[in-house]
Amino acid sequence: MVFRQIGGRHPVAQMRQEMDRLLSGFLGNVAESGWPLVGRSRPAVNVWEDAGAIYVELELPGVKKDELEIAVAGGELSIKVERPEVEQKGVTYHRRERGIGSFARILRLPVDVDPDKVEAELVGGVLTITLPKSEAARPRKIEVVSSR
Amino acid sequence: MADEKSIAKPPAEEVDATELTRSGFCYRPSVDIFERADELVVEADIPGATGDYIDIDFKDGTLTIHAKVKPRQAEKQEYLVREYGVGDFRRSFHVSEAIDAGKITAEYADGVLTLHLPKSEAVKPRKIAVRAD
Repeated sequence: MVFRQIGGRHPVAQMRQEMDRLLSGFLGNVAESGWPLVGRSRPAVNVWEDAGAIYVELELPGVKKDELEIAVAGGELSIKVERPEVEQKGVTYHRRERGIGSFARILRLPVDVDPDKVEAELVGGVLTITLPKSEAARPRKIEVVSSR
Repeated sequence: MADEKSIAKPPAEEVDATELTRSGFCYRPSVDIFERADELVVEADIPGATGDYIDIDFKDGTLTIHAKVKPRQAEKQEYLVREYGVGDFRRSFHVSEAIDAGKITAEYADGVLTLHLPKSEAVKPRKIAVRAD
């Protein structure tokens, strides 16, 4: 990362801006506006990687498998939950904190993945998506040859 | 990323240090609580808990839920994006209704814990006939 003095602004502020730009370039959220399925809230995600794959995890308590739609296209992972807003009838609510209704989230993937090998597992309300990196994207050991 | 509206997990309020035998974060689960004529129902979001380690205690009118959650990644795992932490869930409620503690039932499915707290006989609404002369 190169730190440039732009118009004499404080380097710390610039560093923060660089970081934001870098991170949003990697995993920014596309389609902030006009995405019809974004409900009143967006689920939080955790993302990590190893040499072979990117892993995306979300906590989706109460969501059933058939309410979930996961797709990988154009370097983006999209996760949609479509469910009716259910409300208990004839009861008195004392607390209403849990999410209801549909929501969606799109993540830009930092490397190419193999869409055919993407796997998703929903267990105990935790969704784990494994996106194997495409061959070209995997780290490769480069042999150093010394010449005489 | 300050403008994101992602759901943040609220940390639990003062958790007794003596209660936790291992260090780690403890979170306060979101709940829905509603009342029917004959019972109180509590639905708590506790994703990632295992059925064996969910503790439900009802004593002196206080309901306490404590669920142990096994860490899903190594402690020193580095993340590309980390918007939530993984840890135990704990929350207590004062229940003003008189509850038949012996008949409390609990189910855990899809990461949601559902508790049914039947009201004691004495508290159930009873229709009182009005005799008018």
